[in-house]
Amino acid sequence: MAKKILINGSEFEFEDNLTLIQALEVADVEVPRFCYHEKLSIAGNCRMCLVEVKGAPKPVASCHFSLSDLRPGPNGELPEVYTNTDTVHTARKGAMEFLLVNHPLDCPICDQGGECDLQDQALHYGINKSRYKENKRSVENKNIGPLVKTVMTRCIHCTRCVRFTSEVAGTEELGAIHRGENMEITTYLEKGMTSELQGNVIDLCPVGALTSKPYEFHARPWELNKTESIDVMDGIGSNIRIDSKGSEVMRIIPKYNEDINEEWISDKTRFIWDGLKSQRIDTPYIREDGKLKPVSWNTALDKITGLMKKIEPSKIGCIAGDMVTAEEMFLMKTLLDKIGCHNYDCRQDGSNLTNKYGRSSYIFNPTISGIEDADAIVIIGSNPRMESPVLNARIRKRWLTGQLKVYHIGEDYDLTYDYKHLGTTPESIDVNKMDLKDCNKIIWLVGDDVFLRDDGQDILSIVADCAQETSSIREDWNGLAILHKHASRVAGLDLGFLPKDSTYAAKHMADSNDIELMFLLDADEIKINNKYKVYIGSHGDRGASNADIILPGACYTEKNGFYMNTEGRLQQTNRAVFPPGDAKDNWRIILELSSRIKKSLKYKNLDEIRKDLKKNYPIFNNLNEIAKGEGSSLKILSNRENKPSDNKFINTISDYYLTNPITRSSRIMAECSMQKNNKEIING
Amino acid sequence: MNEVNKNKNEFCFSSKNKILVENELKKYPKGRETSAIISLLWIAQKQNGGWLSTEIIEYVAFYLNIPKIRSMEIATFYSMFNLSPVGKYHFQMCGTTPCMLCGSDSLKEVLSKKIGAQSSVTDDKLFSWIEVECLGACCNAPVIQINDDYYEDLHSSDLEIILDNLKNNKSIKDGSYKKRISSEPLNKDLKMLTEDEIQEMVKNRKKPGISA
Repeated sequence: MAKKILINGSEFEFEDNLTLIQALEVADVEVPRFCYHEKLSIAGNCRMCLVEVKGAPKPVASCHFSLSDLRPGPNGELPEVYTNTDTVHTARKGAMEFLLVNHPLDCPICDQGGECDLQDQALHYGINKSRYKENKRSVENKNIGPLVKTVMTRCIHCTRCVRFTSEVAGTEELGAIHRGENMEITTYLEKGMTSELQGNVIDLCPVGALTSKPYEFHARPWELNKTESIDVMDGIGSNIRIDSKGSEVMRIIPKYNEDINEEWISDKTRFIWDGLKSQRIDTPYIREDGKLKPVSWNTALDKITGLMKKIEPSKIGCIAGDMVTAEEMFLMKTLLDKIGCHNYDCRQDGSNLTNKYGRSSYIFNPTISGIEDADAIVIIGSNPRMESPVLNARIRKRWLTGQLKVYHIGEDYDLTYDYKHLGTTPESIDVNKMDLKDCNKIIWLVGDDVFLRDDGQDILSIVADCAQETSSIREDWNGLAILHKHASRVAGLDLGFLPKDSTYAAKHMADSNDIELMFLLDADEIKINNKYKVYIGSHGDRGASNADIILPGACYTEKNGFYMNTEGRLQQTNRAVFPPGDAKDNWRIILELSSRIKKSLKYKNLDEIRKDLKKNYPIFNNLNEIAKGEGSSLKILSNRENKPSDNKFINTISDYYLTNPITRSSRIMAECSMQKNNKEIING
Repeated sequence: MNEVNKNKNEFCFSSKNKILVENELKKYPKGRETSAIISLLWIAQKQNGGWLSTEIIEYVAFYLNIPKIRSMEIATFYSMFNLSPVGKYHFQMCGTTPCMLCGSDSLKEVLSKKIGAQSSVTDDKLFSWIEVECLGACCNAPVIQINDDYYEDLHSSDLEIILDNLKNNKSIKDGSYKKRISSEPLNKDLKMLTEDEIQEMVKNRKKPGISA
């Protein structure tokens, strides 16, 4: 119902299911707050958002005052709300004074300084001196893991962190013990936090009580260059802001995007930055007598050109890794096609996902924000908590409303929400076992790992059958959802970066004698045994240590590039810093290579590559938008007769914190992994 | 929650207390049984001789299937949950203003002399004491709560007798030590006013504030 109210004398109309603070936000009236947060439940304990409501005996906390509770005046006058009267100013000053009673004046040595809510609001709403003569209280710091540093004396008890862990992360680890003056925020007996989303409490903390441990005393917010970009640690492409100083990435924080990551990012996304600085390849290498020797770009490229001229095109192969951009794959594909070679694959993990059943057979059709409309979700062979913690938080958010039924087929996990476990083998995928009669919008979530099985496509067709049977695939709703773990996979499938002949799929090529020269584009998760191995990538990891020629490339923070997320949404990364040493953008490397083998690709810069990419693949035209797949194409998929084997679904992520070359180079990730596995962290 | 809350400890509700616990749980609607946590902690504290160990806090969390931190929050919030061992007789001495004005300081001296520092337990495990905020019996100040009973109108000599008697396993009298019944006035000669007299007083009473 619409409701008219007067705010500071001007008339506004709102839906009456809003709270006062939300209405004031819409009306563009600033209301200071500490404990209130849009994505969390309402606590109302900081008292900073006090406003005056005409007729109310005291100022009211606007965060938990509903618009529907506003009463008209005795003669039917509109309800009046004031945010600029003396009463309000005095009330806020009072609240602020109490908050500052026990807050230390250590802003100069506090990491939050410069981006601190308390600091900013004290400036605007506080008084300029303290009347408090007594001793301030001091609280012991807690050790809650390798990611979050605590300075608990600074805590103002807004309980945002407590509400976050219990509501969004779903791990219920933080709590407020004791009371009044002695209240303390802590984990149970000061154990480390285990959530994959714990880094978000750093952003939520309005003061410097919870700050980033790895970033401790590294930089001040005003020294940082801020670059908006996207993350490639998982398939959903969380929007991030890369903060850099000089040539170094100092930290990564989330950027709000309601459609993808809301306000959260996973710990892997947030704390990966130290991996971007270590184990970097900064110059080309050639292996001579079993040892890698640094060489110039010319020597390395000449060597490769020589090999490419010597070796028949049909004996050349290319495997693209999980973090390469669409442009790189497009270029590589164009180049290889030109020399008459079609042995390329973007599925280094050996997945058998293909693009022959149309786009809707390999993307997350219901979209991530669509989870909030769903009334049932069937998770098949996936552990969303490990594969995409942020997406898992979305499922939990919907589950908390009580309107989502969750069924799970696969290994038994703690997904932070309850589910009905139907079994561990493909034969459990059976509509009759589920109560989906009243469900209108069903999501059939199929994990990436399913396609690592030989019968992956058969399972997909069974799921497609089930989806058809429950009419989950229709004009307004396509319930088939493939959850990708890898940032580059969807673009790879879109581009058709797949071998023409399936016997040349990545896992076959790796061991095959038919391939003599193998290009690895950032591919580290596959062991190859070909005669000549060329690694183009950023980190000295598995791929590079095994290679004969190494060409140093750029990381995702160092290049501009297109990525398709699991929903099929086109997004792009932006360069925050330059690659180290002699390293170059991968597309430049491929262009140089092409000019040397006299199959020159006629591009001068990235824009020209993109122009051609868009011309050939129109889905790359709309940035930040989803190009929907055709639901009807799934019908071909469902008419298959092969029965899947009764092997159990297994999860291939053995360690959430160590899944790609960047994470393996990161000390922070190593510490997290050790904490998770209860190993002692060795200092030094 | 799928978090498997395993009960690894020795503590367990006795069969008698289990009936009490189940009765408490029945007081709450289905799905809201966790609201009984205070009662459960209280029963557990009684069973354990007056205090809650982390083991018991975990047990109650396990019993209600809630995260341990939630049970910890409740146990640390309320001052009637003791988080360290107490004596067989746990003295809670009120030190708030009315009791202080009526001489609770002298009681405190006796307690510190005879029992020791606050929250410490005597070697014979008989006594422990703490100072608490208002016990809500100001009319009979000063007041001490020993386990479940109130001992009112205490003089330091009364307290010494109480301590001696408890030590020698003799019974002690609860309630007022100035022989008043509940909170009646000490001066027995005071007249009981009739309803009319009260009305008359109210009418003639001076209004507070500055009169014209």
